[in-house]
Amino acid sequence: MTSMTRALLGATALCAIGATAASAQTLTIATVNNGDMIRMQGLTDDFTSEHPDIQLEWVTLEENVLRQRVTTDIATNGGQYDVITIGNYEVPIWANQQWLAPLEDMPEDYDADDLLPAIAGGLSVDGTLYAAPFYGESAMVMYRTDLAEEAGIDMPDQPTWTDVMAAAEAFNDPDNGTYGICLRGKAGWGENMAFITAMSNSYGARWFDMDWQPQFDSPEWTATLSDYLNMMENYGPPGAANNGFNENLALFQQGRCGIWIDATVAASFVTDPDESTVADNVGFAQFPNKDGVDNHGNWLWSWNLAIPSSSGNVEAAKQFVAWATSKGYTDLVAAEEGWRAAPPGTRTSLYENAEYQDAAPFAAMTLESIDAVDTNAPSVQEIPYTGAQFVSIPEFQGIGTAVGQAFSAALAGQMDAEAALSQAQQITTQEMTASGYIE
Amino acid sequence: MATQHSRSAARVMISPAVLLLLAWMLIPLGMTLYFSFQRYNLLMPGAHPWVGLMNYKLFIQNPAFWTALINTLLLVGGVLIATVVLGVLLAILLDQPMWGQGIVRILVIAPFFVMPTVSALVWKNLFMNPVNGLFAWLLPKLGMAPYDFLTQAPLASITFIVSWQWLPFATLILLTAIQSLDSEQMEAAEMDGASALSRFWYITLPHLSRAITVVVLIQTIFLLSVFAEILVTTNGGPGNASTNLTYLVYARSLLNFDVGGGSAGGVIAIILANIVAIFLMRAIGKNLDA
Amino acid sequence: MARAVTPQRKAINTIAAWIIGLLIFFPILWTILTSFKTEAAAVAFPPQFLNFDWTFENYTTVQERSSYFRHFWNSVVISLGSTVIGLIIAVPAAWAMAFVPGKQTKNVLMWMLSTKMLPPVGVLIPIYLLFRQFGLLDTRTGLVIVLTLMNLPIIVWMLYTYFREIPVDILEAARMDGASLRKEIIYILTPMAVPGIASTLLLNVILSWNEAFWTLNLTAAKAAPLTAFIASYSSPEGLFYAKLSAASTMAIAPILILGWFSQKQLVRGLTFGAVK
Repeated sequence: MTSMTRALLGATALCAIGATAASAQTLTIATVNNGDMIRMQGLTDDFTSEHPDIQLEWVTLEENVLRQRVTTDIATNGGQYDVITIGNYEVPIWANQQWLAPLEDMPEDYDADDLLPAIAGGLSVDGTLYAAPFYGESAMVMYRTDLAEEAGIDMPDQPTWTDVMAAAEAFNDPDNGTYGICLRGKAGWGENMAFITAMSNSYGARWFDMDWQPQFDSPEWTATLSDYLNMMENYGPPGAANNGFNENLALFQQGRCGIWIDATVAASFVTDPDESTVADNVGFAQFPNKDGVDNHGNWLWSWNLAIPSSSGNVEAAKQFVAWATSKGYTDLVAAEEGWRAAPPGTRTSLYENAEYQDAAPFAAMTLESIDAVDTNAPSVQEIPYTGAQFVSIPEFQGIGTAVGQAFSAALAGQMDAEAALSQAQQITTQEMTASGYIE
Repeated sequence: MATQHSRSAARVMISPAVLLLLAWMLIPLGMTLYFSFQRYNLLMPGAHPWVGLMNYKLFIQNPAFWTALINTLLLVGGVLIATVVLGVLLAILLDQPMWGQGIVRILVIAPFFVMPTVSALVWKNLFMNPVNGLFAWLLPKLGMAPYDFLTQAPLASITFIVSWQWLPFATLILLTAIQSLDSEQMEAAEMDGASALSRFWYITLPHLSRAITVVVLIQTIFLLSVFAEILVTTNGGPGNASTNLTYLVYARSLLNFDVGGGSAGGVIAIILANIVAIFLMRAIGKNLDA
Repeated sequence: MARAVTPQRKAINTIAAWIIGLLIFFPILWTILTSFKTEAAAVAFPPQFLNFDWTFENYTTVQERSSYFRHFWNSVVISLGSTVIGLIIAVPAAWAMAFVPGKQTKNVLMWMLSTKMLPPVGVLIPIYLLFRQFGLLDTRTGLVIVLTLMNLPIIVWMLYTYFREIPVDILEAARMDGASLRKEIIYILTPMAVPGIASTLLLNVILSWNEAFWTLNLTAAKAAPLTAFIASYSSPEGLFYAKLSAASTMAIAPILILGWFSQKQLVRGLTFGAVK
């Protein structure tokens, strides 16, 4: 396709439809409809007033849909987006395929050394940064301090699963619309599998052995899944098989959950008095572990802004990425909405800021959880992969989602733990064979 | 009657439509067929080696395929039965003399204008959500246990939502057909002492057969590719409980990014759709001859 | 039907029909009501009917977050554009099939309809690649093309059923008078077929307006219509029922109003010649 025909087609489109002329530089930004991104969208006047020649177009979608659209576009070299929001799972894989433009020559005040090493490490390939972290998270326990007091339960800072189950039982009061524990159940590698994989890590399980043989037939996995199902069945809310992060957040904000174990980033939303009915009664604790297993789940996720190499506006896109992930942006959010709302988990300076520590009771626990992660050894057993609540291979998206469906079906009561695990084992073996890991 | 001249003119007039549709069908279909013989994963660029029929084999061997096939038939069949039966009853009711018929008709037709994504979102959140939905409040009031529709009966719930969208369509066609019913014939039957039921069975229903045929044909066309409702409400789950063929192909090609496997699934879905089409056209084509 | 009925009977009919009508309409009504509530009131139990503090806040929020009018305009352009182009291609074809039927006419018609049964998802990747090749991704032109082709079979069929109802004698007479084919179409056929064409137009605008597979997958921002606008409200953070309801109301209101005003024509269009 020559640029001539392209121009002709464009001209025809303009004539036929009478579109208004586009400005010199328009950035199309694809992002997730999570709270922090919506906030960013609301603050863009600050960026456009500094860069009057750059216009911003937003594509805001639910996580699964966004991922599908962005991946389709970048893999076919479609060039629809100039800035994309992707996770630390995608960044190294896509960077290796040269789908991402390297973030070199960032503005001087960007201060890449300030980024948390655990986060920045996952976004770099051979020392070059390929995506800028917008916010980072690990996972932790959020629980209702008022309910704990009522029930006379003292949640330790480093609870075990036994502690969590006991607390969930004590908090559970379905007749009054309060459920003991809310966990993710919606199928998807980034939804229920993020949680279940982290939980399995804390139970000492692993996805694959050193020969890439799937390990769902191991006793550790059986323990993980049956405990998960038991908790949800006995103390969970109805409809849990359709609940992801956002659904659970809504439930917790309405005071429907006694305990919620999920991403640390939720902390700023559950403590927001404007949105949360339980803002003053939230306590935090580290991701649980099984008695005797020294592993707190190893959940590490960051949402990052990256620039597809197919973008035609790399320079302008870089300015936007730098703005949205800078210290200046953090200050802007703090000024507009208070320090509690600052995007967490990306910069050391934030956690050294006294004002933030005062405003965000969850700051210390968030940092502690992130620091506790070792992406090189997410399981206590020997493994051939890196990752955290995911396995860092391209095939994982497909496998994770298929396994997630089986587990979600078990949660919905369609099969028991044993059947779900053997289905997971079968699917994974088939996919790993088809892609050549197993002979 | 038709002259040679008008025949060739007719051919010229039909050809743009035919050629466009042929291109629309063949070019993407050809590409799909081509991809379906390759190992082609979007996430793994590079060569796409030929793998023969492996994608087809894997797709059919996957137990999800049979579930999806049955779900597709259940969904299409369920919605057809619901909309035709309720549509006939509703049409008969609306045909009766009453006050404010125009307004009632406006109320009944409204769901047809609602885009599928919106109706799925509204039903899922405002009504069927087991904690905050209206049903969660209503059922205990009626002395029933709370029910988690989209988890415990996902396919039935989706069938319900889709039926709600298509009921107006069926009702309106059937209503128009009933209104054209010869009232003298009806009155004569009434005089002869035929019961309301037998009047319905022997006069109304046969009169409606043509309209029912149209409802079935048009709805099947749209129901075979129901997608948005599933994507929004259940993502095909739990497990595969609400996955239809369209959704399965979508999951294969755009959630697993396995274009080869997805294409094989697409080809299979197209073949099956064509079998349904031929079957339907045979059965219905006759009825449409005027 | 002008059968005499007792007032009691009429009253019963009225009550039954209104109850059913309101039940069917209720989800839409509830959505509209919810859109004027605060987020807290939207999930309150027992549900609040009219006794809540009405607020327009949700509409402002939604408009701030996603520029409604641009999506609205895209929807208008795409649905009207594809329908009009579809009609331009379909009118001659349907005319020819109705008035000069050949042995294959019925088969061609059936074949056209069967192309509508292909699951679109099966050809998404090929279409995506083609669109990228021709620079059509995220353009209204691209969507107009796809939707035209999608709906062409339905348009042809609807028009065909109308045209068949036009008495052939009139055309014969015109032909005797030496009217050319072009004139025949423009001056005789078209005026007689205008009601049918209007119904077809309406139905196809509705179908295109609500089409949610291609419009979602082939657009990003510039050409995204209302279906994409609503997609960004599917399970976002925290409490969102009121905002979702406001966005839903905004997305369906235009077509709902259009549909109600043109109900008569539409009903005629919907019958697909099934009823004589």
